[in-house]
Amino acid sequence: MKLSKNFVKDYVDIDVDINTLAEDMTKVGNEYDSAGKLINATNLIIGEVIECKEHPNSDHLHVCKVNIGKEILDIVCGAPNVRKGLKVILAQVGAELPDGITIKKGSIRGEESNGMLCSLLELGMESKYVPEIDKTGIHELPEDAPVGENPIEYMGLSDEIVDFELTANRGDLLSILGMAYELGAIYDKPVKEVDLKHSETDENVNDSFKVEINTDNCNLFLAKKALNVTIKESPDFIKNRLISSGIRPINNVVDISNYVMLELGQPLHFYDSDRLGERIVVRMAEPNEKLTTLDNIERTLSKEDIVISNGKEAIGLAGVMGGLSTEVEETTKNIIIESAIFDGVKVRCTSKNILRSEASNRFEKGLDPNRTYMAIERACVLLEKYADAKIAKGTVIYDKSDKNEKKIDIKFKDINGLLGMEISKEEILNVFRKLNFKYVENGEIITVTVPTRRLDISIKEDLIEEVGRIYGVDNIEGKLPVLPIKTGSYNKTIREIRNKMVTLGLNETMSYVLINEKEANKYILDSFEAIKLLDPLTEERNTLRYSMIPSLVKIFEYNSDRNNKDVSIFEIGKGFGKINEDYIEEEKLCVLMSGKFYEGVGNTRNVDFYILKGIAEEVLDYLGYNGRYSFVANKELPKEFHPGQTAYVIVNGEQVGIIGKLHPSETKEDVYVMEINLSKLLAKMVGKMKYKEISKFPSIKKDLAFVVDKDIDSQTIEKQIKKSAGNLLTAIEVFDVYTGNRIEANKKSIAYSLTFSDSKKTLTDDEVTGIFNKIIADAEKILGITLRG
Amino acid sequence: MKEQIAKIKETALLEIEKISNLQELNDVKVKYLGKKGELTSVLRGMKDLTPEERPVIGGLVNEVRDNIENLIQIKEATLQEELLNKKLESEKIDITLPSTKIKRGSKHPINRIIEEVEDIFVSMGYDVVDGPELETDEYCFEKLNLPKGHPARDMQDSFYVDPEHLLRTQTSAVQARVMMANEEKTPIRVICPGKTYRRDDDATHSHQFGQVEGLVIDKDISLADLKGTLEVFVRKMLGKNSNLRFRPSYFPFTEPSYEVDVSCFKCGGKGCNLCKQTGWIEILGSGMVHPNVLKENGYDPEKYTGFAFGTGLDRLAMFKYGIPDIRYFYTNDVRFLKQFDRKDVE
Repeated sequence: MKLSKNFVKDYVDIDVDINTLAEDMTKVGNEYDSAGKLINATNLIIGEVIECKEHPNSDHLHVCKVNIGKEILDIVCGAPNVRKGLKVILAQVGAELPDGITIKKGSIRGEESNGMLCSLLELGMESKYVPEIDKTGIHELPEDAPVGENPIEYMGLSDEIVDFELTANRGDLLSILGMAYELGAIYDKPVKEVDLKHSETDENVNDSFKVEINTDNCNLFLAKKALNVTIKESPDFIKNRLISSGIRPINNVVDISNYVMLELGQPLHFYDSDRLGERIVVRMAEPNEKLTTLDNIERTLSKEDIVISNGKEAIGLAGVMGGLSTEVEETTKNIIIESAIFDGVKVRCTSKNILRSEASNRFEKGLDPNRTYMAIERACVLLEKYADAKIAKGTVIYDKSDKNEKKIDIKFKDINGLLGMEISKEEILNVFRKLNFKYVENGEIITVTVPTRRLDISIKEDLIEEVGRIYGVDNIEGKLPVLPIKTGSYNKTIREIRNKMVTLGLNETMSYVLINEKEANKYILDSFEAIKLLDPLTEERNTLRYSMIPSLVKIFEYNSDRNNKDVSIFEIGKGFGKINEDYIEEEKLCVLMSGKFYEGVGNTRNVDFYILKGIAEEVLDYLGYNGRYSFVANKELPKEFHPGQTAYVIVNGEQVGIIGKLHPSETKEDVYVMEINLSKLLAKMVGKMKYKEISKFPSIKKDLAFVVDKDIDSQTIEKQIKKSAGNLLTAIEVFDVYTGNRIEANKKSIAYSLTFSDSKKTLTDDEVTGIFNKIIADAEKILGITLRG
Repeated sequence: MKEQIAKIKETALLEIEKISNLQELNDVKVKYLGKKGELTSVLRGMKDLTPEERPVIGGLVNEVRDNIENLIQIKEATLQEELLNKKLESEKIDITLPSTKIKRGSKHPINRIIEEVEDIFVSMGYDVVDGPELETDEYCFEKLNLPKGHPARDMQDSFYVDPEHLLRTQTSAVQARVMMANEEKTPIRVICPGKTYRRDDDATHSHQFGQVEGLVIDKDISLADLKGTLEVFVRKMLGKNSNLRFRPSYFPFTEPSYEVDVSCFKCGGKGCNLCKQTGWIEILGSGMVHPNVLKENGYDPEKYTGFAFGTGLDRLAMFKYGIPDIRYFYTNDVRFLKQFDRKDVE
């Protein structure tokens, strides 16, 4: 909302600097975007061109003599419309124009020039407000413009403006009158009455015009008739105030409807009465009903849109935009004035689909029915004065609105209690007086009557806010709430996993949950349905991710493109998906590694499957799942994974994740990824950490190596060894894997180091040899593998 | 015989003196003290002596033996030391060569901020709670005094996945969940950090961003309590000299509502480019819990009051670490990530 200082001064007598006004409004909760003059140019003067010759060294420049009263200046001007006798705006030497231009004395192609003749564009006015001539030439002032005076003041453009960014609850401030009440409260000034007096003809509008309301979405509809209007240009003050408020002047009648909307906050609509006919019917649109709006676009409506009709067909979209067929034109003689209240939610929906306008914005925020009555009278006042209209007697009224003022009881101690302040009774009552709220004091209770313009106030807390706003809360002494002492809690496990990953040398990322639908279906083992947005910002981000792997792969690619090849990253976040019609949201840990893991002189290790597996084990062991997980190869893999270097992560027999290398078709680098579903994993209980007695007896180590088919995995052999050995085998480690020309081509040798111990006694060689032989015999018998010779 | 012994002693001492390695030393040891050594043969010749002479000569031999043994020991120690020194000398390395890099990871700056915020509030007895990011319209809006069609919903243009579910636009959604779960029990003291989403994307807005929400409900909670609490938070987070300014504003879920500005931590309030010469920086939205919100979530507004606040984690991180562009957080350039790998000053 752009506030014109000239405009608001009609209703409240304020005399403060525009920046102070903006800051004072901010303190009571009304933030602003900018504040300043409408025309931000200095040192301008009205001049008259008394001589105009062609420039001797140019085919388009003119050399002029311009009388500014106190002297006559030589000016070179390039505008095609400059001519002898023209009254012009002259920027004198030293003048500062918008965009940082300063006018200097100079010589243009050998001719002296002591200033510049200006168009309104050069003075910073937006092109939509300036006359056509200003777009190619200089501004032409009327013949009677007084030479030597300030042209900005002469044109009535010496206005100052604050562009407010109002909060959604303060619809009342979308009017000059509302602003006047707010400023009146800040500066303790009275608000002046609105002039609603006009004369009326004998003919009553109710005799010739009917209004019928066939929907609950319109609870107040007023209509009046203005006869014999003259369509012409508006007087300067109306045009200038519209410009200050950001609305383009059109003609006196259209301008008056906008002027009243700005002044009182009530949008009006004017119909060409002769084209409209004898009645208005307000109803909901038929499905697919057609209407051509003012902007000459045919709109297709739905049953959620409120329409104005002439009883036969739609002629306007209520609260949003009028129809073309009843528009006020140059030839219009008689006008029906509509002042009504339409349901804000409905208008909001319609305007979202069609057009957000000054009018729809006001309907959405809610309107004061008393203003609806004021506005229609105010329009008549202005039409009578500035469009020579005769106003027909009476008003067509449909009114189911609530015009009662709310009365709210509040205790003094409630106010100070909620604010935690000690404001005196006098100060509190003073706030309500400044706000123009009536009140009755009754001991500890005040009954405040809230004017209908303040739709945002309905409960006592709203009044407390008003006291806080106008009195100010700058002086509140902060204190801490008095509450029982206790320890706070937080999700320690997630934080510990994060710490663990960091100490393992990984960098944590944070990426977007919204990704592309195609990406969202990659790298995934589970069966699920990706969740799509109804109305995405871009196709790139139209789906919620289920896996974080696509995000981490993108991060890898980004870094790799910038020559950051060594990437070891992780992220903890949520994955989303639809499974059996339910939305699920699960915490996941995702890791991606590529390039060098560590690096020293002559001692560099590239990331491979086993490093990532080590990280997985670190996390799982740390969380207490030691001995309950395994990494299992499986033919059922997402196609984006390397079929020979990928495994399921199994905990307690359930798949909780995947670990492996990306398929070469996905990336040309060696990239390893892992994702573990933490929601599933952490749901599995872990036993308490407990001390286990260390054996006091020496342990015995023995090594053995098997030659096996390449396809047999070590885990199978280990399992068998453990089974054969029983519980005296306390550790088993692979210390060598060999393939090469010393053994058969499709075989490998795996060497294990076995540790045996007994916590109750010293083991004898015989005992260990016995177990050892059993291991070998079982391996041969059950797995068909032989000891390496 | 005495002379012979003296001679042995003399030559032994000379020989030991000259020895330069352990092998020679061992040879000398055998030569003089061994079973067939010179001193041993002297002892063997003692049987020819008179009983009077024997103890005298015996004593002498033992004295010389001790003497030689002693010398050999000293010599051995010297030689051992020389040998070790030589070995150490040969093992000398260039300590200026680069280290083997022990990988040190890093936490994402936004998570660092979350942990810091959590620690501050946990120390004041708050519980950190979590809620769904894919939220229902009911919890995200309706239970927070934002019925369908409310104009203030425009402040938070949202991503819906169906007419009833959306990505939460604010962590405030968790407020309603906490109140419903507590069934009018008090006090409530929670914060909820997490991801939030709005249909907005430019240099200062990311469609995904972090927020932390705080909620306290009990009897007699006032705006002064809110101010005091936020003072503790902001001073711990942004510097102990920070001051707060409450500017009236509007949020549907609080009444009264305030935007909270903090005195500019760059210029101390004098005015600079960071605070756009105002001396203040807007960092929080806050207010007293709206009676409709209390009622809607099972708390009697006549009995209880409360405060709520919310702040943007991205903005906090930008201020704290001097990060100029919100998009850096989500680009995840490893050169960016690796900068957050150390302990920060308290």
